[in-house]
Amino acid sequence: MVSLFFLLIVAVALAAFAFGRSRGRAFVGGGARLHSLPVYHGLFLATLCVLPMLVALAVWTPLAPRYVEARTLAALPADLAPQNALEQEGRLREARLVALGQFAGTPDPGIAVAADAYSGARTEAEVALLVLGLAGAAAGFAFGRRRLAPDFRARNSFEHVTKVVLIACSGVAILTTVGIVFSVLFETLRFFARYPWYDFLFGLQWSPQTAIRADQVGQSGTFGAVPLFAGTTLIMLIAMMVAGPVGLFAAIYMSEYATPRVRAVAKPVLEVLAGIPTVVFGFFAALTVAPFIKSVGETLGLSVASESALAAGLVMGVMIIPFVSSLSDDVINAVPQSLRDGSYGMGATRSETIKRVVLPAALPGIVSALMLAISRAVGETMIVVMAAGLAGNLTFNPLEAVTTVTVQIKTLLVGDQEFDSAKTLSAFALGFVLFFFTLALNIIALRIVRKYREQYD
Amino acid sequence: MTTMPNIELAKATAAEAADEAVTKVVARDVNVYYGDKHALHDVSIDIPEKAVTAFIGPSGCGKSTFLRCINRMNDTIPICRVSGRIEIDGSDIYDRGLDPVQLRAKVGMVFQKPNPFPKSIYENVAYGPRIHGLTSSKADLDEVVTMSLKRAGLYEEVKDRLTSPGTGLSGGQQQRLCIARAIAVNPEVILMDEPCSALDPIATAKIEELIDELRENYTIVIVTHSMQQAARVSQRTAFFHLGKLVEEGSTEQIFTAPQDKRTQDYITGRFG
Repeated sequence: MVSLFFLLIVAVALAAFAFGRSRGRAFVGGGARLHSLPVYHGLFLATLCVLPMLVALAVWTPLAPRYVEARTLAALPADLAPQNALEQEGRLREARLVALGQFAGTPDPGIAVAADAYSGARTEAEVALLVLGLAGAAAGFAFGRRRLAPDFRARNSFEHVTKVVLIACSGVAILTTVGIVFSVLFETLRFFARYPWYDFLFGLQWSPQTAIRADQVGQSGTFGAVPLFAGTTLIMLIAMMVAGPVGLFAAIYMSEYATPRVRAVAKPVLEVLAGIPTVVFGFFAALTVAPFIKSVGETLGLSVASESALAAGLVMGVMIIPFVSSLSDDVINAVPQSLRDGSYGMGATRSETIKRVVLPAALPGIVSALMLAISRAVGETMIVVMAAGLAGNLTFNPLEAVTTVTVQIKTLLVGDQEFDSAKTLSAFALGFVLFFFTLALNIIALRIVRKYREQYD
Repeated sequence: MTTMPNIELAKATAAEAADEAVTKVVARDVNVYYGDKHALHDVSIDIPEKAVTAFIGPSGCGKSTFLRCINRMNDTIPICRVSGRIEIDGSDIYDRGLDPVQLRAKVGMVFQKPNPFPKSIYENVAYGPRIHGLTSSKADLDEVVTMSLKRAGLYEEVKDRLTSPGTGLSGGQQQRLCIARAIAVNPEVILMDEPCSALDPIATAKIEELIDELRENYTIVIVTHSMQQAARVSQRTAFFHLGKLVEEGSTEQIFTAPQDKRTQDYITGRFG
């Protein structure tokens, strides 16, 4: 039914468009000079017809099921009246199945009555939608049609509509962000009601296993998040030590030294690296790099865990090289050639020009490329799950196994969970703090850039 | 005989002095190719020391291309190829043993659009002395910066805000900053590629005045689209057309008694 309504919207839109455009053309035929092209008259009229229909649909969608449910429940005979929410669900389901003819067996006569009420209510709701929609469209049409005239500014009006659509789209993105932040915030507050926030933020021990039975030993459930953030920071630092220099130097080579032909081949190849699924990097880290580091370490007489922060960090660094190099390459290319010419004209060499003129001018873009890479590193889960381990060690030794915030969130929420235990809720708290962690990094980076940037116009 | 444009000419005495001057730059049979395009044909010219030489001609005639040969800026364009011989003080600047970086410290350049670095006014001027290690102390560097800004006629306007960004100056000030930047490394030749084309008339007048002052110490080569400007600031003028050097001589002679029909057509505004 709703899909039919969408078809109707399209049909109405086309009809209104055709009518508006032909009116516009008629004005031209009448010798008048139009303010807007006939096509805008059509678009204007179509918008006026479609908008009320969409509004009708938006209002109807949440209301209709409630109306149908209420009518169905009201039709149930007294002996079948549901005592609780579970029963109510069951009765409604049965009535719906009977109404659709999918009920196996013979239904209770009381349910059959409710099913009739269900079908009736549905039909009523659908008719109501049709009537509402068409009435809205007709009203819009009548209103718009009266306004059509040779000097009517259909173009400007339609552009207003376009602007509203654009605003709505950006609103979706912003509201989603706000919604996510708040939903995580409320779960976090529930967690802090069960577990003191200072123990969470400053506790040095992470062992989220809570006791299922009272007599279990060693399942105390301590949620000290410091080891997780230490692990995240450690792996991020290792990754940035790889990706920062390698990515930046690659970008400098690509934009300043490479011939156009080399660049045309090398840049897309480097970007393919960004398209490799992280899980592939993950098993590469776990099966190739970690054992390699272990054997090298043992040759040198070091004790290396088989899952080490170093392995995860190195592979993650390789993974984010393209983020750094590709974005930095773009911003370096955006530095005007006239600045380079000015520097060469002073007798500067190519590397002096890059160091003293090009890079300072490109600094804001390079820092945002690095920030994006850091955000990726902090949020990355798969590689760390496979290569860094689950042990919440509080250490800055890259040869030991560590765990990160994202890995723990994943571990806490995988499998069957009770959604009101401290263990599950702690995942939300971790997510919330992680969000602030990256937010703080971004703000700091913005400040740095604002202080040191050299702005070219 | 067509009537000559009514333009103010540089002092004849200056032109005569220039004729007697020592030759600074000698070019013989210079050809430039951009890929398959033959941009400059057999240009031979003598450029006198401590005088202003103007290159005029319609757009795309090769005058800027030739200018960029004199400090080897064309080297930065991968598809560009130069043949022939250009000497400064008798030594070939396209010699294999010569480092173009050294050459450009000796032959400074000012560009069409003012291109100050996105640094402070001070740092803009200090850039050249720093990379060439011309000064040994902060005090030295301060002095070089002050001197250069004074010579470029900018010091009085910016002395209180040497640390503010050079990009914040007006167009004419930016161009004088670029001139200060160029003279800070103490070059012998300054090449100017249409230095006033992005400026308003008052800023242009200031730059022209400055060029006239700089002539005492530097050999200046200026490319310009404005024949009035060439007449005002230069002692010698060379007319380029379709990649060829058509005619070259004292500015007075070029503007009053051109030898070539094409030069005459150009300066009387028949084409261009």
